[in-house]
Amino acid sequence: MAAEAKTAYERVQAARNGKRPMGSYYIEHMLDDFVELHGDRRFGDDAAIVAGIGYLNQIPVTVIAMERGDTIEERMKRNFGCPEPEGYRKALRLMKEAEKFRRPIICFIGSSGAYCGIEAEKRGQGLAIAENLYEMMGMKTPIISVVVGEGGSGGALALGVCDTAIMLENAVYSVISPEGCASILWKDASKAPDAAEHLRLTSFDLLSFDVVEKVIPEEGKTNREICSALKSVLLDEIRKLSAMSPEELLDHRYAKFRKIGA
Amino acid sequence: MSTIKTILNTITGTVEQPPRICKKCSAEIPYADYLANHCICPECGAYFRMRAVERLDATVDKGTFQEIDKKLKSKNPIKFPDYAEKLEKAEKASGLSEGVVCGTAKVGGMDCALFIMDSAFMMGSMGTVVGEKITRLFEKAAQLRLPVIGFITSGGARMQEGIYSLMQMAKVSGAVKRHSEAGLLYIAVLTDPTTGGITASFAMQGDIIIAEPKALIGFAGQRVIEQTTGEKLPAGFQRAEFQLEHGFVDLIEERPRMTYTLAKLLALHQTH
Repeated sequence: MAAEAKTAYERVQAARNGKRPMGSYYIEHMLDDFVELHGDRRFGDDAAIVAGIGYLNQIPVTVIAMERGDTIEERMKRNFGCPEPEGYRKALRLMKEAEKFRRPIICFIGSSGAYCGIEAEKRGQGLAIAENLYEMMGMKTPIISVVVGEGGSGGALALGVCDTAIMLENAVYSVISPEGCASILWKDASKAPDAAEHLRLTSFDLLSFDVVEKVIPEEGKTNREICSALKSVLLDEIRKLSAMSPEELLDHRYAKFRKIGA
Repeated sequence: MSTIKTILNTITGTVEQPPRICKKCSAEIPYADYLANHCICPECGAYFRMRAVERLDATVDKGTFQEIDKKLKSKNPIKFPDYAEKLEKAEKASGLSEGVVCGTAKVGGMDCALFIMDSAFMMGSMGTVVGEKITRLFEKAAQLRLPVIGFITSGGARMQEGIYSLMQMAKVSGAVKRHSEAGLLYIAVLTDPTTGGITASFAMQGDIIIAEPKALIGFAGQRVIEQTTGEKLPAGFQRAEFQLEHGFVDLIEERPRMTYTLAKLLALHQTH
């Protein structure tokens, strides 16, 4: 079975691969008439998160996507995909805009984590994530989160409070990086492959834990094929979630997280 | 017998406690003096990390605390190596079944729900049981229409429970939100240390956020920041005073005045 083909750490490496498509790819190949919207209206604009509105087939959707960039210049500009507080605040601002117009929200997650820096702390990195978790729990419009790369801890979860969670087959989603885990537990970051195995961070692990609802197969598929498979799953989910009343939707979202570790 | 003696007796089998040694100035403090001085070193003024029972004793009206979900214990949801042994050790060392104590009580004569994290149990880290207990407390408080006071100390999410730990951040946030939407008060008291996924969830979701002096409060670990940026951290970085200066906590309160301040705030929020 293809699911057994890769070790957990091979999947971590695949998720981090510099050639792997990130948020912008899916925006470009999935949406029509996309308009990018910038800034948190507080302090700045974080290029590690690309956000805006476009059509998914004929349905207007708001997309919030982590993006690390391809070239070295772009990666510098996008802080290698590690969001600062402004990125999370921009995301929240645009999610609220989507809520106002009852427009579904799609989040693309792929980042080693929220940026760890002095300035990020001064501007409330913890608060920014906490506010997203809190507000997303009450957002009266469908939210679908797709982990397309590395889902790095709280910085990933800040776009991960949703009604339906989807992972690409080789994406990973973890409370801590395997390197971080290995260096804390065994004082040896080179044991990351072991840690990756034990952390149970693959898409199939998370599907079996009922933390994600869908896995999009990748083996033997081109990026375009993966993208179009994901698009049809997104359309199905939007159709299903849009049929719910706001109250049903929020109860459903609460229950989805409430059952984890209950 | 006072609450603390009863509880200490229950968890350690004896009310006799050895003297505490101050890490800052090495002073040896008889336990009775230590307790009477709010777990602050009488010589140098350093704050010790309070145990949950000590905090309870200092905070709630005598004899009013009713613990909830006392026996809830962590399993090993992702079968992480050596975790079961670690849990057993933590239980022995702390006298607790997990890193948070939850219940209802009166503070200054007013009813409230409380959760008190205890760093003696695996640094107060949050796995499924800590997440579940705090979630249930907020749900119960919403049902009983009680304000919640949370004394927070935690190293963050507990990595030995993998994704289950991370998801507790979302789960608790949902319960905090529902409690808040019922028009009820949540006061978060941040004590040393409050870091990682806890700062990035319920520590920063209080209507009112109080910090203890000099408490370490932040998202990213200091070593991680130094390694990531290569920069030297400024003096007082991520301390309570730093967070006050940058606008993230409402006030810093000295420990001897904490209960008084909490009672005042509870009274100010009473709606009838």
